[in-house]
Amino acid sequence: MQMDKNSYKKYADARAKKSPCAKNCVCAFLFGGLICAIAQGLKELYMTFLKEDDAGTLVSVTLIFIAALLTGVGIFDRIAKHAGAGTLVPITGFSNAVASSALDAKGEGFVLGVGAKIFTIAGPVILYGITAGAIYGVIYYIVTLIMK
Amino acid sequence: MENLIRIPKPVYILSSASVVGQHEKNGPLGEYFDIVGDKDDTFGCDTWEKSESEMQRLALSRALNYACMKDTDLEAILAGDLLNQCAGSSYGLVSFETPFLGLFGACSTAAEALLLSSLLCSSHMTRCAAVSSSHNASAERQFRYPLEYGGQRAPTAQWTVTGSAAFISTSCKDDFAQAAHNGEPVPVITEAVIGKSIDAGITDANNMGAAMAPAAADTLLRYFRESGMQPSDFDIIMTGDLGFEGSSILCDLTATEGLDISAVHCDGGLIIYNRETQDKHAGGSGCGCSAVVLAAQALRGIRTGQIANMLFIGTGALMNPTAIQQGASIPGIAHLIRITADIV
Repeated sequence: MQMDKNSYKKYADARAKKSPCAKNCVCAFLFGGLICAIAQGLKELYMTFLKEDDAGTLVSVTLIFIAALLTGVGIFDRIAKHAGAGTLVPITGFSNAVASSALDAKGEGFVLGVGAKIFTIAGPVILYGITAGAIYGVIYYIVTLIMK
Repeated sequence: MENLIRIPKPVYILSSASVVGQHEKNGPLGEYFDIVGDKDDTFGCDTWEKSESEMQRLALSRALNYACMKDTDLEAILAGDLLNQCAGSSYGLVSFETPFLGLFGACSTAAEALLLSSLLCSSHMTRCAAVSSSHNASAERQFRYPLEYGGQRAPTAQWTVTGSAAFISTSCKDDFAQAAHNGEPVPVITEAVIGKSIDAGITDANNMGAAMAPAAADTLLRYFRESGMQPSDFDIIMTGDLGFEGSSILCDLTATEGLDISAVHCDGGLIIYNRETQDKHAGGSGCGCSAVVLAAQALRGIRTGQIANMLFIGTGALMNPTAIQQGASIPGIAHLIRITADIV
């Protein structure tokens, strides 16, 4: 059977059912918004006994903990199936990426399993996040020197 | 060059056994599988890879049991799975005292193993076993994301079947005297076509159906060109795991070459789950998919007299995660065997 790769790829791509973009956007907005609203509520609560900066940090820690716990008991992926970017983009997505990788690798031991594979998914975010932060810092430093 | 292999003497599928997980049990074929795992599909093991091996052990033990045979009665086991170095097979079958050949044909492995065992049984050997398996959890973690990772699946993505099946083939009619056999029709492998590795340029690992369909079309076209048969001569033409997307593409591709199979075509990936209620997107896939559907649906159909003549085309996407990351596309493969009903 003779077939041109490019035209077949175009044909297959064109007929493949696409993800429901509008529905996904609405769900992501609602779930993401809900998580942020809960975070804001937590911050208000923490600010009753902490300074604003410390309260913000504690909110992040709380969200990371809840997401990791839900990952461990097998609920997070069921929520994320509907929430999509709504759970992925906030810090909950990062927590899930780390916790799920760690859970998966535990059979291979704590060093070569969990230790080596815990950042399989989150690794690129850490690497390029830190790199971007360092570049931003250098630019900020130069700009403030010039502005003086 | 002639591609159609006519098996020189009849090779009977003496017995078959299937082992599945919970999702498969809850599907339309649920009641026809021989063994169903525990509620977490662990099969009593502490890692998913061991669970998959255990499924192969259970499948072959049960098939031997149905055939009233011991492992030492077999001359060879041909087995494969999706795990690196075929770990599911090599660990799962280590307890059997039988010479072992490990195979990799991705999801086409069941057909590849049956094809080779029919060639062996009709020439240098008499009795062989063909085994294949896939486990959703071990496949997800090797090929995609961690199990608990919160991602969304594409509509064209397929769900790796947790399942394993074993088939005992023999060219000795006398074996039926011992086996649990009540004179019902028996499946015989009579013809085969070995698939070609065909790279149709698909790079999307979430659209395996599109990667496999051209290979299935190629094998079917070669078969019908050389055999002189028509699709209407068969009760069913069953592909392994093309799923919704691949099945439609296959019917399109063969139709453009003047071969209309749509009236008799069915696909293991489409019938193993309920598309409306089980949320499996484009259907099932994996080495276990075609194997358990063949054992629980098609061969049962032959034994009960509903099917007299069928084609089984095991379809595989020969995907390597490293090659995909390097920008390569996914070659597909499809091996064909013709199974007819015979009275022994």
